[in-house]
Amino acid sequence: MAKRDQGGQGCGEALPLGELERRLIDAFQRDLPLVPHPFAAVAESLDSSEEAVIGALSSLMDEGVVSRVGPVFAPHKAGASTLAAMAVPPERLDEVAELVNGYPEVNHNYEREHRFTLWFVVTAPSRERIDAILADIERRTGIGVLDLPLVAAYHIDLGFPVQWS
Amino acid sequence: MIAPPLDPIDRAIVIATQAGLPLTPQPYHEIGGEVGIPAEEVMARMRRLQETGVIRRIGVVPNHYALGYKANGMTVWDIRDDAVGELGRRLGALDFISHCYQRPRHLPVWPYNLFAMVHARTHQEVEDKVAEMAALLGDASRGHEILYSTRILKKTGMRIGEG
Repeated sequence: MAKRDQGGQGCGEALPLGELERRLIDAFQRDLPLVPHPFAAVAESLDSSEEAVIGALSSLMDEGVVSRVGPVFAPHKAGASTLAAMAVPPERLDEVAELVNGYPEVNHNYEREHRFTLWFVVTAPSRERIDAILADIERRTGIGVLDLPLVAAYHIDLGFPVQWS
Repeated sequence: MIAPPLDPIDRAIVIATQAGLPLTPQPYHEIGGEVGIPAEEVMARMRRLQETGVIRRIGVVPNHYALGYKANGMTVWDIRDDAVGELGRRLGALDFISHCYQRPRHLPVWPYNLFAMVHARTHQEVEDKVAEMAALLGDASRGHEILYSTRILKKTGMRIGEG
């Protein structure tokens, strides 16, 4: 029986996922039909009911197992974006992270175990705006920013297969 | 690879759906009500956004972390330039890799030109998968590293619009 990890993200007890919940995660990461009653269409293919499907998705969201149900956008198609990295000394990490997070154009920021400690994604309407933000961050922190824009994407986003065992 | 620019109605649809569809029997009708267009037009526009690649997929977005996939390693590889396209495609087709991108090197501080995000439950599992990737890449790969994330400092949606 697959269970959510214990103790993660403040969830104390493990929660067994029901058969319908698992099948929704396995089969509907990419093919929610674009029809007037999408959940009824899903229910039909799973031999269930619209009400049960909506109920199962709502509880998966309440439990935090599912972040959302809807479209996944390709960020770089709707403007410009880059991945940026900075080698921030540990004693300055919190200060620099806060400064970087202060830009609304920064939508992901991770600390990673590496000489380059800070990794963030900048998304803006234009490449010029990204150049300006990166230059501004360099000027304000005195730390160089590695600019790693996308050259090519090789994955096909089909969702993510979960191994339940 | 550049999609046509989004018009104001497309942008309104992106804003209305980026946090998820309402879990109601007719979600596209609700989105249409919010945006001020019929549900049929919402669906037709979303279909077009899928065709142009602005929408990658529509469906359930699981939280990997809550499902136990807590050891996510960003793997970075220094791949011979003449092989990076072919090998990038082969890595991107592996089912444990969610993202695979070519990015520029910045010599001498950053020799890596291929990034692949590996999802697994433990660091050991990530390392096993990286060994599998290294075998596939062979001597076209001159070096690699795994960068584990230790903290999420900021994570928001894609924030289109408003501006």
